[in-house]
Amino acid sequence: MARTSKKSAESTSVLSGENAISNREVEGLSQGQIVRRRFFRHRAAVFSLVTIISIVIFVFSALDFRLFGVWRIPGWWKWTTEDLPELRVGDCPGGTVGCPTVSLRPQFLGGAGIGLGTHPFGQDDIGHDFFALVMKGAQRSLSVMIVIGFLGGTIGTIVGSISGFYRGKIDSILMRLVDFMITVPAVLIGSVIGYHYGNLGAIFLAFYLGLFAWTGLSRLVRGEFLTLREREFVDAARVAGATNRRIIFKHILPNAVGIIIVSVTLLLSGAILLETALSYLGFGVVPPDVSLGLLISQYQDSFTTRPWLFWYPGFFIITIALSINFIGDGLRDAFDPRQRRRISKKERQESAISKKLAQADE
Amino acid sequence: MFAFIMRRLGALGVILMGSSFILYNLAAYSGDPLADLKTSTDPNRDFLMVALSRELQLDVPPPARYFLWLKGVLGLFVGHANFGMTREGATVGGDLAQAIPVTLRLVLASTILAIVMGIGIGVVTALRQYSRFDYSMTFVSFLMFSLPIFWVAVLLKQYLAISFNNFLREPNVPLKGLFFLALASGIFWASVVGGSRKTFWTVFGTATLIAGGIIAIMDAMNWFLHPGLGPIMVFGLSVGIAYGVTQLSVGISNKAALRASLTVSAATLLMYYPANWVFDNHQGALGVFAIFSILITVGVFAGISFSKIDRGPIIRTAVISAFLSSIIIVIDKFMQTWQPYMQTDAINYRPVPTIGQRSDLLERSDFWISNLDLVTHLFLPTVALTLISFAGYIRYSRGTLLEVLNQDYIRTARAKGLTERTVIMRHAFRNTMIPLTTIMVVDFAGVIGGALITERVFGWSGMGTLFYRGILSFDLNLLMGVFFVTATLSVLANLVADLLYSALDPRIRVGSGA
Repeated sequence: MARTSKKSAESTSVLSGENAISNREVEGLSQGQIVRRRFFRHRAAVFSLVTIISIVIFVFSALDFRLFGVWRIPGWWKWTTEDLPELRVGDCPGGTVGCPTVSLRPQFLGGAGIGLGTHPFGQDDIGHDFFALVMKGAQRSLSVMIVIGFLGGTIGTIVGSISGFYRGKIDSILMRLVDFMITVPAVLIGSVIGYHYGNLGAIFLAFYLGLFAWTGLSRLVRGEFLTLREREFVDAARVAGATNRRIIFKHILPNAVGIIIVSVTLLLSGAILLETALSYLGFGVVPPDVSLGLLISQYQDSFTTRPWLFWYPGFFIITIALSINFIGDGLRDAFDPRQRRRISKKERQESAISKKLAQADE
Repeated sequence: MFAFIMRRLGALGVILMGSSFILYNLAAYSGDPLADLKTSTDPNRDFLMVALSRELQLDVPPPARYFLWLKGVLGLFVGHANFGMTREGATVGGDLAQAIPVTLRLVLASTILAIVMGIGIGVVTALRQYSRFDYSMTFVSFLMFSLPIFWVAVLLKQYLAISFNNFLREPNVPLKGLFFLALASGIFWASVVGGSRKTFWTVFGTATLIAGGIIAIMDAMNWFLHPGLGPIMVFGLSVGIAYGVTQLSVGISNKAALRASLTVSAATLLMYYPANWVFDNHQGALGVFAIFSILITVGVFAGISFSKIDRGPIIRTAVISAFLSSIIIVIDKFMQTWQPYMQTDAINYRPVPTIGQRSDLLERSDFWISNLDLVTHLFLPTVALTLISFAGYIRYSRGTLLEVLNQDYIRTARAKGLTERTVIMRHAFRNTMIPLTTIMVVDFAGVIGGALITERVFGWSGMGTLFYRGILSFDLNLLMGVFFVTATLSVLANLVADLLYSALDPRIRVGSGA
């Protein structure tokens, strides 16, 4: 598939119209280019990618953020989570206080103009700026998600490739270990871990959760390695004298990268839901730290009086998880060689016309 | 086969022991069960500490204490398992015996609903691939994937339960709501049926008018206050079921099957008043069971007497129709119970509860009222769990069916001139069900383990709540008791999935080699 020679390009014209169209598209492109093209054609996935990148930049730049505890990146938002500004009274519906000031309706349409205002997401019951709390919570939830994804992805790939490549005794030991860990539902093991290590901080919690999150991924990678290691190109490499290390890293891993990336994205969306669920139960991130799940659990009773305390954290969780799921879907389509995109009527007609022209020429 | 099962069971035993050992030590070393007593100011706290230490055998180090616990659990094989005591002095076994039925009730209905709806919608999206319906269902299923259940639960409590209760106080459907519901039904059915532009608009118009008409009539008759189907509606629905099941099962052109199913519908009509008499005068599960068995027996005999060839499929069709018709009769009985249920003091015209697994104030003398109470309490958790879990079935059944439809044997089936119904239902759908069945079994075990959050949100006291209590009070025996049940279920589910796979797919043989 990597490069289609001139000769095979001629032979494709004999194939049916759809094949010809999709084959012509990948002519002379590398695997990476094909995947990239296919991904960028998936509109929902590209839109989600843009969304998630903007959310990450927006959330992490809003408040002061300490990178590795050393460099302090100043944030652009005026309040912090500790500030206690006075509760804003007035122009709130139903006599409530501290309602959101964010406005999306421009002035010429009778609104207050597009802008954030003093407390865009409102204030909580004692006056904390809720925008700052949500930004902090989103930072925590996103970092937990990234750590779990990174750790789970790395361990899963390593374990899966070792047991898939070497088979035999190592394989059965590692896979029994996976069996051990898969018997326990994620929420249960997460609760035990979270309750005892949650007070060490969000990153430690993520670290421990990541140590248990790799099992499903390692099974998938192992399966991929088991099939790939029997293929001809691996035999060829071995005959040519390649070491095991070279075969794994240069020949098998690049071919398994599709399945790894796709499962890591799914792991990520599962991780953010797991973290929020644990924090909601009180077994995840604990106060005074903030997380999106914790915010929902703290303010769920005020839903009838101050609904904004409930909507905004939920909105962030759903947007993040939804975007990641769509990106995962786009990546799966892009990496799957059997995946055919829908060929429109117009393309089919054009192909038929060009075929007729070619026949007429002959 | 037997040797295979025994070998697998042995391996499962080892896995269970290993993982319980890991979890036992993880939990035991991570906290001190005496912590709250050490900081208490109770004058006899030293005595309490000694008593608790003796009770929970805290003087034995955790790795060794694990084997004491294991010894008690292994008593399962000689008839008296001992899961140890909780900190409150109750037996863990007793607590579990109360909690397991609650959790099962919580997840069973939603799992069945999610499977039926998920597979139904998944199949339709696969058949209408790249249609607008497909795209919108894909979006909906991704959205469901991304919803945290505790968030959905709060919304459902607010909008579904409280607003619905308010609506039931004075049940008048506003004109706006009527238009909206009718249009929604029109759009749904039109996109499911698909086809050319003309069919689309025909179906859209018909579905909109029918839905709008039904809601208007229901509203005019005050149906929401006195729900019920009555013999005519039961018969009508039963005839509809007969046609539908026949069409899906053997095709409407099979007159023998259609006649057998219609006989069942006639029997349903005849059985309506006797069945209600049985329900009123011989309350209990036995009466319900009797009605089911009578109708199913009618189905079997109708199938035998109408069929000349193909006896099996025709009997199957009639029996499925009989089963569904019996369900309709039972639903009708529940609807008739609605009015007396609403009038009880415990309910007082607010029938949809937001929390709890049953109303404690309700007098449980009437079989139907107390069961209706269980149903209304199941309503919100079932909606929430179904919303979350049916997305997975949509995605999975869609993907599998698309893969199957690309196979050569489907092309062969079409080339033979088989009808589209036969190709889809017999060649494609059955092969789709093979991987789906195994997923369902494993998923069900997972849902039970994951019910922790749902139970917390809706205030049910099932296994999740026991586990929660176990973590909060460092109650190791309680924790391990819940873990033992969920882990055993999940490994057994994996075994059952493997066996089912080999039973359904003749290409896979278990017991040969690995």
